[in-house]
Amino acid sequence: MLYIKCPYCGLRAQKEFSYGGDATVKRPNINEEVSSEDWDNFVYMRKSPRGKHIELWQHIAGCRQWIKVQRDTATHEIFQTAKVTEEIR
Amino acid sequence: MSQPFRLNKEGLINRNKKISFTFNGKKLFGYEGDTIASALIANGIHLVGRSFKYHRPRGFFGAGVEEPNAKLQVEFNGHSEPNVNATEMELVEGLSATSQNCWPSVNFDIGAINNFLKMFFPAGFYYKTFMWPKSFWYKIYEPFIRKAAGLGVASIEKDKERYEHKFEYCDLLVTGSGPSGLASAYAAAKNGAKVILAEDKPRFGGTLLTDDVSIDNLSGKDWAEKIITELKSMPNVTVKNRSQVFGYYDHNMLVMFERVSDHLEKKSKFTPRQRLWYIRAKETILSTGSIERPIVFGNNDTPGIFLSAAAKEYMKVFGVLVGKKPLIFTNNDSAYETALEFKKNNVEPIILDTREEHSSELIDEAKSKGIDIRFSHGVIVANGYKKVKSAKIGKLNKDKNSFEKIETIECDCICVSGFWTPSVHLASQSGNKLKYEEKIDAFIPDKKKQHETSVGAANGSFTLEESLKHGFENGSNLSAKITETKTEITIPNVNEKKYGAHDKFWCMPLPKNENPKRFVDFQNDVSVSDIEIALREGYRSIEHVKRYTTLGMATDQGRTSNLNGLQLVSNIENKIVPEVGHTTFRPPFTPITIGTIVGREVGMEYMPTRKTPMHEWHEKNNAVFVDAGAWKRPRYYKQGNETLFEASKREAKNVRENVGICDVTTLGKIDIKGSDAAEFLNRVYTNAWMKLPVGKARYGLMLREDGIVMDDGTTTRISENHYHMTTTTAQAANVLSHLEYYLQIVWPELNVNVVSTTEQWAGAAIAGPKSRDMLSKLYPDLDVSNDALPFMGYREAEFFGVPSRIFRISFSGELAYEINVKSDHGMFMWEKMMEVGKEFGNQPYGTEALSTLRIEMGHVAGPELDGRTIPSDVSLNGLVSKKKDFIGKNSLGRKAFNVESRQKIVGLIPIDRKSSIPEGSHIVQDQNAKLPNPKLGHVSSSCWSVENNNPFSLAIMKDGKNMIGKKFFAVSPLKNKSIEVEVISSHYVDPEGKRVRS
Repeated sequence: MLYIKCPYCGLRAQKEFSYGGDATVKRPNINEEVSSEDWDNFVYMRKSPRGKHIELWQHIAGCRQWIKVQRDTATHEIFQTAKVTEEIR
Repeated sequence: MSQPFRLNKEGLINRNKKISFTFNGKKLFGYEGDTIASALIANGIHLVGRSFKYHRPRGFFGAGVEEPNAKLQVEFNGHSEPNVNATEMELVEGLSATSQNCWPSVNFDIGAINNFLKMFFPAGFYYKTFMWPKSFWYKIYEPFIRKAAGLGVASIEKDKERYEHKFEYCDLLVTGSGPSGLASAYAAAKNGAKVILAEDKPRFGGTLLTDDVSIDNLSGKDWAEKIITELKSMPNVTVKNRSQVFGYYDHNMLVMFERVSDHLEKKSKFTPRQRLWYIRAKETILSTGSIERPIVFGNNDTPGIFLSAAAKEYMKVFGVLVGKKPLIFTNNDSAYETALEFKKNNVEPIILDTREEHSSELIDEAKSKGIDIRFSHGVIVANGYKKVKSAKIGKLNKDKNSFEKIETIECDCICVSGFWTPSVHLASQSGNKLKYEEKIDAFIPDKKKQHETSVGAANGSFTLEESLKHGFENGSNLSAKITETKTEITIPNVNEKKYGAHDKFWCMPLPKNENPKRFVDFQNDVSVSDIEIALREGYRSIEHVKRYTTLGMATDQGRTSNLNGLQLVSNIENKIVPEVGHTTFRPPFTPITIGTIVGREVGMEYMPTRKTPMHEWHEKNNAVFVDAGAWKRPRYYKQGNETLFEASKREAKNVRENVGICDVTTLGKIDIKGSDAAEFLNRVYTNAWMKLPVGKARYGLMLREDGIVMDDGTTTRISENHYHMTTTTAQAANVLSHLEYYLQIVWPELNVNVVSTTEQWAGAAIAGPKSRDMLSKLYPDLDVSNDALPFMGYREAEFFGVPSRIFRISFSGELAYEINVKSDHGMFMWEKMMEVGKEFGNQPYGTEALSTLRIEMGHVAGPELDGRTIPSDVSLNGLVSKKKDFIGKNSLGRKAFNVESRQKIVGLIPIDRKSSIPEGSHIVQDQNAKLPNPKLGHVSSSCWSVENNNPFSLAIMKDGKNMIGKKFFAVSPLKNKSIEVEVISSHYVDPEGKRVRS
């Protein structure tokens, strides 16, 4: 079971979190024209990297904040966690 | 009642307390502190089971977790457990053990014919033989194999025992209480670290209990006791025996299995049987020791053949002799200690040492005691079927591949030692790539992967001095980093015997024309020839050899077989062992019970039960409940002998004719506040929200970004910047996360806050043509006329002195209202409604009637919003704004969403107006068409229309409304039904929606 450092609450067991997918995907702006290719990329296309992956988790059984987690998808090593407003290098 | 193999004095058992038990029906006794194995051996019983494949007689081989053979069906404390390790299970009064995998008895087992047919059962036999014909698998092969192979029988009774889970955090977890573990725990404890010390066996001390050593002038056993006593007295230390750390998972999470009370005669009702510990450790010391390796020889699985250290443990810990005419077969010095122990107890052993004549401290001692030592000797084959009677031994030539002399000598047991294998399972599970240590011919942990540090024998250090030193040093250094305190500890003086070098000799050659089975893996019946076949047939990767031969699989996990298997492969392949590599060590290290994994999460504790504030009233009024997620909702209120069908019909009819009330507390409720709340709702829902006035509700539909409907519900504007959103019961949690996602990540600039208020409000719907009359009685001071409180109107008013919210919304399609009060007032509200509603014929209605009412109105719910439908599929395209952007809008233009033939919602009625259509039925043109019959759609919801008094269903069907008027078949192979149906509009009752506005 992963041990995830919530930037708001500290180290907590994976049980308290819910996975939210790739954190680097950016939703096209609301009320702006978007090509169907860009839209489809946003909705469907995801990389499935082996190695470092920046992803979203929500601390659902804690502070309910969405957070960013940089994790190695092969080893589960977590390099960094951050608030969604912060950047992960 | 004498025990022929019990020594008079030796051992750590309590001779003042006899314990009686039975084995295969025979009454026996042992002492407190015995295991089933030690008690049986004391009674001279060695034949305990039959082997997995060949049904060969098997006895004990080890004295602890390493035991591959002695798995018994054990009954105690009123339950029956299969595959219990006889060498680990402690004896308790009244225990009853029976042999497994044998029929009719362990002494006469018909399956043993396999042993004589063994040329037909080589490696890969199952793969090759049972491939064809395919149809034979289920009916013939599989049942046969199941009966013949396999171990014990799982109980089908409900497990009445209590199991617990525990979550723990510590600075240092020490796994194993041998010398290095004790030293580590002690040093860390002295540094003030929070320490957990786990020992698998009942007694602490590991090899200190059996080795002839002294530490600071104390015997090993006394020193261990002294350290344990001190550790137990320290508040920062938790010391646990009967506790096996069996798994090393991600992020330094280790899992431990504690056997809390199986060894107790009496226990309180609340004492768990076993406990599973989830331990998050900052650092771990793996002091798991090592397991003795056998040397492979002919018929080496015959009962009476033991690992040499196990034989010593039986003498020193249990006061039991494994035999009175022992042969000691070794390639190293450690077995000499076993020989000396026999000698001390007046038994004359013969040592067969594969090494050439030489000298060492132990050899010299054995010689001086007059023990018969034969160098360059080994056991070729053990004789005796159910027990060793004699052994054919050979003097090896210099090449160690042929014999100078062969003779047969009598013996009643053979104690074998092929040197030691570090227990690296936990280290390997942590992700540590192991490395091969030439010096000890075994794998040891390499560079740290997580926070694991292996010490002592687990790290390949086989001397006490080194083990203690490493233990103290690592325990001290690792903990000092955490506690920032360092207490100096003087490493004690040690007195131990010096061992000479071992012989790299693992498998005894066979003389010409002799071909007895030589087992590598006892538990899985894998022999030398099986491995040879696998290699001959082209398997090269050790992982493939493992799967083809089953070497190192199952509960045994290769504890005694792994390295011998690798040595064999490397010999045949002419490779060195590190090139061959090793197979993966998987958790659990030892089998654990399913009960422990499940813990307390059984029955009512499987998940939390959510009850509405009115739950007790429903119970008192014969409600039959249904699970809606974790909620309990009344499905119907049973009157007399009513069936579900009758009751729901009565309840639904009453709503259509009079008035009914329904507990709607379970609907998800989200409070939304902030100056941008309207803008936010406008983006979340498909329809327009900017102009909703205060005091009005609106039905809204929300999509996922891929255009699929996510949820629906009403949202009410309570005040300028305050909204009350409702969701379906099932989607409440998802919708909240969804809203939080957009507010926190996508549009953080919006000034909006959301919070769940599902638990804060109790809700009741009042529905039916008489609901307004009833409402006016509930709120005598309020104008409830259609003008004052129109459809989708909202009011706040006192409900008999209690603040309440009134929403004029309807799920049933009737004139209806929903009242919310604080949860604490829920019961008061409900009882008042029942009292006031009497004169209007009010009755409570459950979810079944609720469904009937919404289905015949054509209102969609979960079965239609099933994660595959877009708004136009369920006739909700009127709610999709063309003027504004919203979540999922861009997806609605996709081609596949806009083809004419897309499956859409319709209504169905049976042609005979009688047959109910099973939900899930497929709609087909021709019920007799050849399979696969083209499917035109499926039935999503079915009810008995109380309005029209015949069955009615909703279906999602190709071409949707274009099919109205046509006839099809709804077929349900599951229910074996085929019903001719006619397609009609999905709005079966009040299609214009007049009633809700009346």
